[in-house]
Amino acid sequence: MPKHETPLLDQLESGPWPSFVSEIKRQSEARHQKQNEVEYQIPVDVCDDVLGVLEMSYNDGTCHWKHGGIVGVFGYGGGVIGRYCDQPDKFPGVAHFHTVRVNQPAGKYYTTEYLRQLCDLWDFRGSGLTNMHGSTGDIVLLGTRTEQLEEIFGVLTHEMNQDLGGSGSNLRTPACCLGESRCEFACYDTQELCYQLTMEYQDELHRPAFPYKFKFKFDGCPNGCVASIARSDMSFIGTWRDEIRIDQEAVAAYIGGELKPNAGAHADGEWGPFDIQKEVIDLCPSQCMSLEDGKLVIDNKECVRCMHCINTMPRALRIGNDRGLSILVGAKAPILDGAQMSSLLVPFIKVEPPYDEIKEVIENVWDWWMEEGKNRERLGETIKRLSFQKLLEVTGIKPMPQHVQEPRHNPYIFWKEEEVPGGWQRDIKEFRKLHQR
Amino acid sequence: MAVVEFKGKKFEVDEDGFLQRFEDWCPEWVEYVKESEGIKEITEDHQKVIDFLQDYYKKNGIAPMVRILSKVTGYKLKQIYELFPSGPGKGACKMAGLPKPTGCV
Ligand code: HEM
Ligand code: HEM
Ligand code: SF4
Ligand code: SF4
Repeated sequence: MPKHETPLLDQLESGPWPSFVSEIKRQSEARHQKQNEVEYQIPVDVCDDVLGVLEMSYNDGTCHWKHGGIVGVFGYGGGVIGRYCDQPDKFPGVAHFHTVRVNQPAGKYYTTEYLRQLCDLWDFRGSGLTNMHGSTGDIVLLGTRTEQLEEIFGVLTHEMNQDLGGSGSNLRTPACCLGESRCEFACYDTQELCYQLTMEYQDELHRPAFPYKFKFKFDGCPNGCVASIARSDMSFIGTWRDEIRIDQEAVAAYIGGELKPNAGAHADGEWGPFDIQKEVIDLCPSQCMSLEDGKLVIDNKECVRCMHCINTMPRALRIGNDRGLSILVGAKAPILDGAQMSSLLVPFIKVEPPYDEIKEVIENVWDWWMEEGKNRERLGETIKRLSFQKLLEVTGIKPMPQHVQEPRHNPYIFWKEEEVPGGWQRDIKEFRKLHQR
Repeated sequence: MAVVEFKGKKFEVDEDGFLQRFEDWCPEWVEYVKESEGIKEITEDHQKVIDFLQDYYKKNGIAPMVRILSKVTGYKLKQIYELFPSGPGKGACKMAGLPKPTGCV
């Protein structure tokens, strides 16, 4: 017999998609039957009360969590999102319902051994409910009480060699696409760079020292499987600067129909036989491809590395050999002054351990933003307020045409005094000698 | 809201142990909170941070940014964590009686 009636939530148990309601009910069942033979450290009916409070929200259309919550572990300024129910008497199981962010491995590869260990810990000291994973990347342990936080942190660090993720005005948990681990498009080892920079900047991640939050994300190529350009203040996107490698035999196999375009991604639609002219050459955004005597030709100096041709004929076209990444900056959600995607700052940089060149760009940006950024101002907003030019100055990067999609159309152009012969100090009397009032 | 009693004083606090009203702050509050914030003895350094937070709050109506706290007190963030293990927000601001930090924490 469930603790609360949940007629609205029950409707979400039908249909083909995995039902979160059924899953939470199963977890609730397991806790009541003590299937895991553990001495639960938070209320055994926490899952029932989660469903209860959620049903209440479904009924009255409003949230039943109190505002904010400041909890954590000693030594760190973030990592835990405190949360308290605004109906603690009705739902004591979720009176405290804090979320613990756990720093996930780059690319989110796991062994069952690790996951079992984590689940054992969470069954014992938490709700048994999780989010795999938060949008930033963290493993999210969903719901525990304040007294358990240091205990959980102790087991994570001492027994599992596992740290918390980030929260607050700091470097949040970096994340990457799975990169070279299983993608032939990867232009650098995204997992390694993500891991190395996470380790390098542990202090910045655990102890908020920034004007606001700051995120890194690492995409192995412009396809953007981790969406760095939209979801990180600093986006690292792989690319190459030499030629696309063409295997003409494989091109012929695509034309002949032996190889499926886009690796068969459109196999369930009626798109007719592959037409290289229509599906590749005519769709190239820079119109730099052609077919000459059955051979595919690419004018690489005009190619913008958009990935379209490679995505369409992965067996025939491959990324170049001279690889690196581009750094773009400033992406953010709408609050306060509008959504932004990242803007190109460094067109190409090599990715070579110990990544000193990349760290230099990062640290130059931080030095500036930490000093000039206003309270709760994202990097993207600081750039808007103080100008892209200022960003170039502080990073020591020379302005180049690649920095803009198009030049400005307004003529409100600032000049530095030293650029203008004679400077700004002018005497009106000198002027009047030539121009009478 | 819970009410805690310490050395004859009463404090109204929220779940996170933050004072509900800045005006209720008194030196006993610091004594009361220090243990739960992992602090054995309140030193001059602690007091300097607390005093600055209070002055800044009275003057500006907000808590200072971490950068300003560091600049004015001269303590690097690392030292602030040595003084207040849960950091400037949960540790120092709580002891100084400032309102609970808000936002996407
Ligand atoms: C003005 C306030 C807030 C804003 C603008 C905000 C914004 C965001 C954004 C944009 C993300 C997604 C990040 C990404 O995709 O990279 C995010 C993630 C998240 N937020 Fe917030 N948030 C706010 C407050 C809160 C509060 C109060 C809580 C909890 C009490 C919270 C909990 C979370 C969680 C759990 C995630 C996912 C974490 C993860 O991916 O690791 N947020 N938030
Ligand atoms: C070297 C000569 C001139 C210079 C450098 C000059 C410069 C300017 C500038 C900087 C503005 C302000 C634009 C703005 O704030 O949007 C302006 C506005 C204006 N100028 Fe000139 N100007 C010159 C000659 C003239 C002449 C000869 C006339 C008329 C016979 C004139 C008529 C106006 C008018 C009507 C406006 C206001 C336009 C508006 O508000 O839309 N200007 N000018
Ligand atoms: S972003 Fe590029 S390299 Fe990374 S997984 Fe996606 S396609 Fe592969
Ligand atoms: S990568 Fe894009 S721009 Fe370059 S040749 Fe292929 S389709 Fe054209």
